[in-house]
Amino acid sequence: MTAAGTTGASPLLEVAGLSVHHGQLQALHDVSIAVPAGQVHAMIGANGAGKSTLLRTIAGLHAPTAGSIRLDGRDITGLRPERRVAAGIALVPEGRRLFPSLSVEENLLIGASSRRTGEWSIDAIYDLFGWMRDRRRQRAAQLSGGEQQAVAIGRALAANPRVLLLDELSLGLAPVVVRRIYATLPQLAASGMTILLVEQDVSQALAVASHVHCLLEGRVTLAGPPARLTGAQIEAAYFGVSAASNGNGYGNGSPPGTPASAGPASAGPASASPAISGPAISGPARQADQPPGVHL
Amino acid sequence: MSAVGQDTQAAGGQHPRVAARGPAAGRVVTRSRRSALWAGLAAVVAIAILGYLPYLVFSDTTGLMVQFFQLLIMASMWNLLAGYAGLVSVGHQAFIGLGAYFVVLLAMHGLSPFTAIPIATAAAGVVGLPVWWLVSRLRSGYFAITMWVIASVCMLIIIQISSLGSGTGIALSGLTQSPTLLAADTYWATLAVAVLAIAGIYALLRSRLGLALTAIRDDEAGAKSIGGRVGSVQRLVFLVTALGCGAAGALYAISQQFIVPTAAFDVSFTAEMIFITIIGGIGTIEGPIIGTIVFFILQQTLSADGTWYWIVLGLVAIAVAIWAPRGIWGLVSEKFGIRLFPVGYYVWPAGEQPRRLLARSARP
Amino acid sequence: MTWVNAVIQGVMLGGLYALFACGLSLMFGVMKVINLAHGDLAMVAAYIALGVVTITHVPAIWSFVLVVPIFAALGYVLQRTLLQASLNRGVITTLLVTFGLSVVIENALQQFLSANSRELNIGSLVSDSFSIGSQITIAYLDLIILVVAVAVLLGLQYFLSSSRSGRMIRAVADDREAAQLAGIDYRHVFGIATAIAFGTVALAGLAYGMYTQFDPTTGTTALLLYAFEAVVIGGLGSLWGTLAGGILLGVAQQVGAQYHAADQVLAGQLLFLIILVLRPQGITSRRELA
Repeated sequence: MTAAGTTGASPLLEVAGLSVHHGQLQALHDVSIAVPAGQVHAMIGANGAGKSTLLRTIAGLHAPTAGSIRLDGRDITGLRPERRVAAGIALVPEGRRLFPSLSVEENLLIGASSRRTGEWSIDAIYDLFGWMRDRRRQRAAQLSGGEQQAVAIGRALAANPRVLLLDELSLGLAPVVVRRIYATLPQLAASGMTILLVEQDVSQALAVASHVHCLLEGRVTLAGPPARLTGAQIEAAYFGVSAASNGNGYGNGSPPGTPASAGPASAGPASASPAISGPAISGPARQADQPPGVHL
Repeated sequence: MSAVGQDTQAAGGQHPRVAARGPAAGRVVTRSRRSALWAGLAAVVAIAILGYLPYLVFSDTTGLMVQFFQLLIMASMWNLLAGYAGLVSVGHQAFIGLGAYFVVLLAMHGLSPFTAIPIATAAAGVVGLPVWWLVSRLRSGYFAITMWVIASVCMLIIIQISSLGSGTGIALSGLTQSPTLLAADTYWATLAVAVLAIAGIYALLRSRLGLALTAIRDDEAGAKSIGGRVGSVQRLVFLVTALGCGAAGALYAISQQFIVPTAAFDVSFTAEMIFITIIGGIGTIEGPIIGTIVFFILQQTLSADGTWYWIVLGLVAIAVAIWAPRGIWGLVSEKFGIRLFPVGYYVWPAGEQPRRLLARSARP
Repeated sequence: MTWVNAVIQGVMLGGLYALFACGLSLMFGVMKVINLAHGDLAMVAAYIALGVVTITHVPAIWSFVLVVPIFAALGYVLQRTLLQASLNRGVITTLLVTFGLSVVIENALQQFLSANSRELNIGSLVSDSFSIGSQITIAYLDLIILVVAVAVLLGLQYFLSSSRSGRMIRAVADDREAAQLAGIDYRHVFGIATAIAFGTVALAGLAYGMYTQFDPTTGTTALLLYAFEAVVIGGLGSLWGTLAGGILLGVAQQVGAQYHAADQVLAGQLLFLIILVLRPQGITSRRELA
């Protein structure tokens, strides 16, 4: 396992060969990702591509059927979610999932349950989100969506994680609110926190991430720094189309063995995109395990 | 469910003789295997022998069999309700007590108690309607314990009716046969109701409703989300179990000949239904049958000391519910791959299906 | 005036019922399961108190000092073992397991301690009373039980709203998975909640044993249903609703008894059914039924 990140530093979070099943359905196929310390990585992909499943598995909510998850070299694959928080992984779940009957401050205090120490005291969180201090006694259920998202981030920060997992921050929020929330990410990254975020809004993801991974039907189809990826490549990886179009829009875009009914991709490609050539997949070395150019 | 059983879900909704498309493509789907054919034949023979039993044995033996079949009816009903419709009731003694008291009431007005059985059964079912209206909005624990309250209310109301003997109980009138004939009649009536109950449940589960029920058993929320008529199916099952327990109660009145409210509405009835079903195997037709046999053996060996009998049963049921939730029958059918009452589907690799069964399953 | 007296006696009785109900309500609120062995556990507590009194000769009224901690510990252990194992299987399994426990406990009590009626002897306190006017008599014991019930509810309220453990209990009740993601071991929190519930049920069992006679079947024939009825009448998620529910149930029973002695229990159950039809979420709660 020498999967090097883009910088060559040893990765803080390393996912290797991860497969996850939901009952009979396989949600992730042999997914490998390495996130070096202090970097912001983004997972992109269509609905149902397995992005949330990946984050939830890293956080310990799903048990993988194969593969391993390492944090700073330590195998945490078998740990319960609450133990992973203690180890330094915090997930801001999709849909925010605040405790509605608890106040803002109580939500943050619950976030600090693991008793990890670090710079993110409740006060520091109030400093990050200026409005929060004045409304700390308010019940979480009474906040707006954007405010709830901020509290959800604050709750995760209160655990002083080394790796912060952010699932669909923008979901259901107005663009201006999304921008405001994303504006805090550089501050977090500057504090040395490693961030892996899932985002459906590709431009948002490309703007904040130093590295993006694209998931399609549970497989990583593309990975690399945003600057080195073209729009066409991303589109192809996102929707699973290939230039060698066989006319139906998926065809050989689907990896062998998967059912042809790839629902999420049914939005369909507007145009056939050029195939990604092997060298374009210049991401982590683990990508080399998969034949380049096959799963477009 | 066995691995075979899980495949049936892939083919769910298809007709038995249609080779499934999709995930099960290239396989043949059938309902039955040879074990079920033999079981059908054995059932016919067994019923014939059981029917002839009063000519062969004394009435104390048939008396035991009457108890056995009453337990079997009740347990099968509870299994249908909890094992398939996902409704755990700890108050079905309400319908048993009502069935019993309806028979007493009808007999007081000159009807033969045996003629009164179907009427009392229907009456229990009619009572089931408003009860369902009341409890249908409740889920899991709320449903379970509200049923218990309803059973208690039924008992408290009957205790108030002095013409029904109040709390001290009442004798069933109109049983004019000789003791021998009465024992035989009681036996035959109980056997008939038991056969009807099991056959009825089997037919229900093989019908289109059976698919919906199996879906609810496996995943209630999922069944709802794909548009299953969960509510109406649950209502039907609830009413069937009200009828079944009403019939069991009517038979109870006839076999006891004297009933007391606290006994007729005793939660022990439901405890027996629950323990039998869990130990035998919840969510299968065979489970309650196996469970009743085990239960009966235990009862005969431990009943000298009633409390020990309940302690042992309760502990075994707790252990089975947690560590072997498919019960005895689940273990047996998994190990040997047999099913006596095939309500699901078997999926065979193409070409491997026995020809004989193909012919059989080609019938509608 | 007898009716006024009936209402007052009902309020007193309501305290006892609220004491029974709050443990049931807490366990349902946190774990979403109804503990069908709740009433039998109260009886176990009463029998343990009998034993404690017999051995140590302390006055029965002080037996709670020993019995409540024993029960809280029992609750934690039972939750972390048997109940958690059944919860992992699902809500239906938990219902069946607690029902099985109920049957086992009731019969074990009968087997080992006989089916005879017992009571916790508290001397003259059981009959001491004071009068208001000429018609209304209030027993000191009833008043003590009501005060204890209110104190327990207040204490529970304070614990849940102000302590770290209370906050964790509320968080787990709100969203178990999100609580895990925040680093909380929900199994431990379940254990704490059950320990508290068992502590209150022990207190309720002792109060009942002082209030009237009990036998091994009292738990299922009366206490479980009363506790459940109080919870439903009052509405979930509110401890004050539980007190209101207990009091309404007590008043209904006492007023029913004025009408006809045999109507006491029935009146309470009919009130329960009426509330269930008209206001299934209870009189104080806005939450939906689970």
